[in-house]
Amino acid sequence: MREVIELYVNGVRHRLEVEPNRSLLSVLREDLDLTGAKYGCGEGQCGACTVLVAGRATRSCTTPVHLVAGRSILTIEGLARDGRLHPLQEAFLEVGALQCGYCTPGMIMSGVALLNANPDPSEAEIIRFMNGHICRCGTYGRIVRAIQRAAQKMKEARP
Amino acid sequence: MRHDLWTPSGEPERYELFATSVPEGASESTDGERPLPVTRRQFCQALGAGVLVLLLREVRAVQESGGGRRAEIPSMPREISAWLHIANDGRVTVYTGKVEVGQNIRTSLTQVVAEELRVPMERIHLVMGDTDLTPFDLGTFGSRTTPVMAAHLRRVAAATRELLRDLAAERWKVERWAVEIAEGKVRHPASGRSQDIGELTRGQKLSRPIPDTVTLTPPTEWRIIGTSAPKVNGRAFVTGEHRYTSDLKLPGMLYGKVLRPPAFGATLVSVDTREAEAMPGVIVVRDGDFVGVAAPSTEQATRALVAIRAQWKTTPQPSSREIFEYLKKNEIEAEGRSRYVVGSLEDGWRLAEKQWQQTYTVAYIAHAPLEPRAAVAEWKDGRLTVWTGTQRPFGVRSELARAFGLPEDRVRVIVPDTGSGYGGKHTGEAAIEAARLARAAGRPVKVVWTREEEFTWAYFRPAGVIEVRSGMKGDGTITAWEFHTYNSGAAAIRTPYAIPNQWIEFHPTRSPLRQGSYRALAATANHFARETAMDELAHLVGIDPLEFRLKNLKDERLRAVLEAAAHRFGWGKPKTAPDRGMGLAAGFEKGGYVATCAEIAVDRATGEVSVLRVVTAFECGAILNPDHLKNQIEGALVMGLGGALFEAIEFENGKILNPRFSRYRVPRFSDLPQIDVVLLDRRDLPSAGAGETPIVGIAPAIGNAIFHATGMRLRSLPLAPNGLKGETRLP
Ligand code: FES
Ligand code: FES
Repeated sequence: MREVIELYVNGVRHRLEVEPNRSLLSVLREDLDLTGAKYGCGEGQCGACTVLVAGRATRSCTTPVHLVAGRSILTIEGLARDGRLHPLQEAFLEVGALQCGYCTPGMIMSGVALLNANPDPSEAEIIRFMNGHICRCGTYGRIVRAIQRAAQKMKEARP
Repeated sequence: MRHDLWTPSGEPERYELFATSVPEGASESTDGERPLPVTRRQFCQALGAGVLVLLLREVRAVQESGGGRRAEIPSMPREISAWLHIANDGRVTVYTGKVEVGQNIRTSLTQVVAEELRVPMERIHLVMGDTDLTPFDLGTFGSRTTPVMAAHLRRVAAATRELLRDLAAERWKVERWAVEIAEGKVRHPASGRSQDIGELTRGQKLSRPIPDTVTLTPPTEWRIIGTSAPKVNGRAFVTGEHRYTSDLKLPGMLYGKVLRPPAFGATLVSVDTREAEAMPGVIVVRDGDFVGVAAPSTEQATRALVAIRAQWKTTPQPSSREIFEYLKKNEIEAEGRSRYVVGSLEDGWRLAEKQWQQTYTVAYIAHAPLEPRAAVAEWKDGRLTVWTGTQRPFGVRSELARAFGLPEDRVRVIVPDTGSGYGGKHTGEAAIEAARLARAAGRPVKVVWTREEEFTWAYFRPAGVIEVRSGMKGDGTITAWEFHTYNSGAAAIRTPYAIPNQWIEFHPTRSPLRQGSYRALAATANHFARETAMDELAHLVGIDPLEFRLKNLKDERLRAVLEAAAHRFGWGKPKTAPDRGMGLAAGFEKGGYVATCAEIAVDRATGEVSVLRVVTAFECGAILNPDHLKNQIEGALVMGLGGALFEAIEFENGKILNPRFSRYRVPRFSDLPQIDVVLLDRRDLPSAGAGETPIVGIAPAIGNAIFHATGMRLRSLPLAPNGLKGETRLP
């Protein structure tokens, strides 16, 4: 029961023959070899698999691929433009908001979604928005700081 | 060593707490050097031209024997523990068997090499955890990287620097003392000559062992060590470019899955794999109790697995409800048993005006590294190569060699920088599974455990029971201290307090769950019991807990962190609100000294305990990288908060009842307290590791704070898995 579907990932169109109920995560990782989104739980509990679908932070592990056919998908691999990091990626490096880095792509994608919707989030808003993400290395405080720093950078970059 | 613990793979359990059998020629004090796996000639050929410097040292192997005594075994030949290569283009490659699992040692080790070699960090690349390329290493655990490997690499780099000086002096016919090295260049200021180290070594084929005496750069002159250099290659992590084991893809690779028993200890009675075998592209492997499948995608593999019908025979197993009685009743004679006796307890009791005793317990908990166990295996030309996230690449190589009856030199284990471990990735289960499937499939196979598998078939931090008895004089001077730990382990079992009469004993027991190493091992359990007991004793004699500790403490380094933490925290100030409380704890382990103060709040309506703020003071000798050290401490506090308040593995009759993040609560953003870290930098002291010890103080500090807030003394970890609701004692 394979179907042909079209996925728009990081601005590139892909025509794929897949079983429509497969998770977006497994299609990204196994069929498109985009392994930036990670598997951490498969039940929507950890956020490691987060990508943006039409700008919204989405758990790709619990998203059947047919639901996102034709919609624009952004993964961590597509976040930097022409080799220039997104301000939040820069902020993660500046703050040192990672240890093993396994949670990082998901954290950054959610952080980007948050900043797009709310350019100046308070600490409480960041915590509420990010609470579905797990960092077992415990870098939460640094991630909050990185998001705040990116918000500041983005504010300064606006004309 | 073998334990009578149940193991799913049939591999001997390695329980680091008791790990007394080290590989031949290895020793704790040298971190286990062993000769090159490939011949040195082959290795040097592979490297091409350039300068290779080897750290060769006399290894006096020392083996732990029972009771913690050390038995010397005769002197070994000089062996290699680390090496460094300078290529013609001036790039420096350093080879170490350690692995990067998020503790940022790739960065700190690069710093020490950059410092001693006088080369910018960007020019240095570390090859880590590859059993074909790197020297033998016992494993990345026990906070040994900083005290041992960083020290080795400093010597290698310093010796290389001196060699470069020799080369330049020879070439330029000048005095060697007049040659300077900086920024990757050798210079002779008097004549104005200057050359890049790559040019200097071009065309040379030199390999040189390190002299016994090398001059290291004194801490007062450090320019790179001791700075907060950012994570090496951090960019690859924030762009998703870095490939963890679970991200690797080889040509023709299949995805593997393994059939799991319904309960621990179950044996396979019958299995019907016909339906799975009929699925296109699916390969089914049956080998004794091992049944696995490989397929072109994870989904297909999962479907094939579901189609397998198996019957298992189960046997009754103990449950978490009765675990503590079970441990107390199932003491065993095992090698790890140890006992420390100081003075005489009889004297201690005689001098005591107050006597007191209590029992503490800790639950099994899971490491739950965010990247579950994963491996990619490939058989080629009679050799097996496995990429896997493990803290013991050479140990996993041995496991593989044994499992497949291969000589070790036909097995290669490569460890890509891994999605953390916390002591939970010492073993090679996924590696063996992937290799089995790959052999049968005749193609590379990747196995990535599901979260549920990771929660069920990995190993756990041991549960334990700890009994404490103590006697004091009326003024709070402790005269007697008796401490019995069942199962948790012996790490940090000895008290740092100056007590004249002590009896401290570790009692190994049977364990219904597979158990093993965890960040700081039993130091967490033993500190929880000890530091809660100290708090109870302080209250018994009506002395402030800080003052009580200081009164019984001589160790200057421990006093220093305790005072630093208390000062920053504002210890001794009155409660800020009636349902708030403050607690503290201190301790020492693996060369690190830690003191933690915590302030908590209890919500009376919901019973919820929240940790508002934590101050931790830490001292581990000279600091290599302050920001990464802070990061480790913050991370340890957050992780420790989970074990302190709510993490516990529940099990019943051989089944884990909460093997998912939706059932097993781990700390999240909303649990995060305000964290303040005070670092004490002792450049006059050698550096110790810091990935583990900072975790030990948080649980007792929180428990003591809960007592301060509510008057309720909680003696089991986790302290409040469901908050304090239903606690009849809540005033
Ligand atoms: S893997 Fe998708 S939320 Fe955890
Ligand atoms: S950095 Fe390791 S899980 Fe977040």
